[in-house]
Amino acid sequence: MSEQPRAVALISGGLDSMLAARVVMDQGVHVEGVNFFTGFCVEGHTHAIREHKGPKPKRNNALWVAEQLGIPLHLIDVIEEYKDVLLNPKHGYGANMNPCLDCKIFMVKKARELFIESSFLSDHGFDFIITGEVVGQRPKSQRKWTMPVIASESGANDRLLRPLSAHNLPETLPEREGWVQRDKLFGFSGRDRKPQIALAKSLGFEDWAQPAGGCCFLTDANYSNKLVDLWKSRGNREYELDDIILLKVGRHLRPAPHFKLIIGREQGENEYLRGYAYALPSIECLSHIGPLCLIDGDPSDADLELAAALVARYSQGRDVESVTVEVRFPNKTGRVIHVRPVAAEDIAADWWV
Amino acid sequence: MSSEVEELDARGLLCPLPVIRTQDRVRSLADGVELIITATDPGVMQDIPAWCRVHGHVLLSAEHTGCLCVVRLRVIREKNAP
Repeated sequence: MSEQPRAVALISGGLDSMLAARVVMDQGVHVEGVNFFTGFCVEGHTHAIREHKGPKPKRNNALWVAEQLGIPLHLIDVIEEYKDVLLNPKHGYGANMNPCLDCKIFMVKKARELFIESSFLSDHGFDFIITGEVVGQRPKSQRKWTMPVIASESGANDRLLRPLSAHNLPETLPEREGWVQRDKLFGFSGRDRKPQIALAKSLGFEDWAQPAGGCCFLTDANYSNKLVDLWKSRGNREYELDDIILLKVGRHLRPAPHFKLIIGREQGENEYLRGYAYALPSIECLSHIGPLCLIDGDPSDADLELAAALVARYSQGRDVESVTVEVRFPNKTGRVIHVRPVAAEDIAADWWV
Repeated sequence: MSSEVEELDARGLLCPLPVIRTQDRVRSLADGVELIITATDPGVMQDIPAWCRVHGHVLLSAEHTGCLCVVRLRVIREKNAP
């Protein structure tokens, strides 16, 4: 071990991981952060795609936390490796398509491989791993019985320290070695956030991210439904980054099994979807202000007529007799169609993905 | 200090990927090299400067013109650099 103990902290951008890192830093440990990008992270993409007119620019919360703590943050692309976690979770899924327990094991294991067993990302190796896990806080991954499972299956074993919940767990190597003092750690448990908020205030933090629904799209029922629909329509569960990002964007309607519409909800989404018009057929209103729509699948001419009428429904011409739209194909050909917008009551409930 | 200038094309990538690509490129660059990142996601205007601050690299400029964002930084090889 180096003279000053060194720890790598999994930084999600939320309050718990920020507090966990800070509590250990306050004991004189050198801490650096790591944030894994799976492609399903709420951070980043959605902020970038959607229009934001508020005075506060959207921030990457993991980077923001690193700044508050004054530590380096290593951002790691795990998109490819994560596919196996999502597609083959040993411990199954949570309420939606969220493989939370396998995900946590994967991330701790990855941190171990990159920081404990290798000095690839730093001149010096690290001695232990910190997470913001709290016993009982999450129904799938943060329970009393999952804590030792994560430690053992990640291979981190007793080099994994959960400072916020340490008193509820067996002593770890950093505690035994005196790198951190156990009595300066905590015994938080359950879903009550008050102890964390009190600790944050006592440490002088006045701001922290409060992501609604967690930091991963896979915990979201609507997103999970879209993902399952994508796999079902393709007949396999393969995916690329563009596929899973497009699931975050727009209204998704599947009028028939063989094609789906992705209709932008605002200008930011329209512009983002336009970036895929080189690869997918697209529809846009010519006579009225309206959304951009991408078509995923293999629509017939009749399907394109319906698609055009649906797009017209979400244009400013929704109440007129005829809206002019243009269908464009990736091969640069296109055609103009005049359609009557679909009435709201004619959009079948089961078209919504 | 190096007067070398390197370029990174991060157009079409959404954050945090432009930051990750920046980090990965910087890892291979020597002290003093200037890196010019071109991106289309305006998120880089906040995220790359923040990444520079936590790693001790020097942000030279960040400009958003039309659809393009151009961020320039200078690599600093100190204890916190990746």
